[in-house]
Amino acid sequence: MTLYLPYALVVWLFLVGVFGIVRSRNLIHAVLCLAVVQSSTYVFLIAIGFKRNAGAPIFSADVPVGTPAVDPVVHALTLTDIVVATVVTALILTMAIQVYRITGTLDPEKLRPMSG
Amino acid sequence: MSPRLRAWLFLPPALAVAALMLYGMAGLRPFGFYPGPYGDVLDAVATAQRHVLNVATAVNFDYRGFDTLVEEFIFFTAIAGIAVLFRAQVGDARVTDEADVDREIPAESDGIGWMCYGFVPLTFAFACYMAVHAQLTPGGGFQGGAIAGSAFALAYMGLHYSTYRKFAPQKAVDAVEAAGAGAYAVIGIATMIASGIFLANVLPLGEKGSIVSAGTIPVINLCVFVEIAAGFIVCLEFFFKQTRRIEEEES
Repeated sequence: MTLYLPYALVVWLFLVGVFGIVRSRNLIHAVLCLAVVQSSTYVFLIAIGFKRNAGAPIFSADVPVGTPAVDPVVHALTLTDIVVATVVTALILTMAIQVYRITGTLDPEKLRPMSG
Repeated sequence: MSPRLRAWLFLPPALAVAALMLYGMAGLRPFGFYPGPYGDVLDAVATAQRHVLNVATAVNFDYRGFDTLVEEFIFFTAIAGIAVLFRAQVGDARVTDEADVDREIPAESDGIGWMCYGFVPLTFAFACYMAVHAQLTPGGGFQGGAIAGSAFALAYMGLHYSTYRKFAPQKAVDAVEAAGAGAYAVIGIATMIASGIFLANVLPLGEKGSIVSAGTIPVINLCVFVEIAAGFIVCLEFFFKQTRRIEEEES
């Protein structure tokens, strides 16, 4: 059972982030909750590539090729994921700033869906 | 809708999604029992094939080089999106800031300034160190670029704006950001002309463990480093501008 705990952590991170967005009263807070949702993907990627008793997929004179190493593909994916997530977060924050400029509030409850 | 009602409405779908996710994940191999073989094969052959020591870098800039190209374009597009969203607003800020026009600009603190002169080059040097060792140690253009961006953020916060501008001339940063994104694609086309395969590793592989080893990997890595660093600077600047009186630009 404990061998499935990392996957349960992924589910928990994902849902707690979505819950934060649902309950959010501030768009900045909602963006940060989205970052929590995103981080569940990092945990998932790293978890599925993990091998018991294996090190990082980086070799050297002390760690010759052939030493057990985890899956490098998911590491590469996570790496680009984090950088792209950062700028996408910045992009969404930009939208939050624009919302505040136009409506004067960051509370999604006070935003009306349409205005003429 | 009251927040309480919304939370209750969230509960059933959340439970359903959780059940579905857990059901799916129960079908995975237990944690630590990697099913393979893709990662195992790469770990075994990458060093011999590409003369890299950090296999994740080889995946990023060689085996999955095309995906990384697209990811870099996502990065570039997001920055462009930020630029577009802020564009019309710079003028507006000037109008609303009228109360602040005659506000005195606090003098730059010498202590903070000197600390910045110490730490900014140090941070930037560390970023370059991270970036050039991509194929050897845990490092690379993405990480190095992010650190370089924070070095410039430090300069922005600690130094007077006109001093910061000497570190990062606006036109140069914009041009470098675009060049970094474009250079990756140009390398792809150049390798296609040389070998017929897009992003094929056509350069000599060099000696394992040297910072100029691994063929095209360090070249692409450098483009990514430049792109990410310049992208972060451009992005941070748009956010800083939101609260700043833009006197230097007017003159």
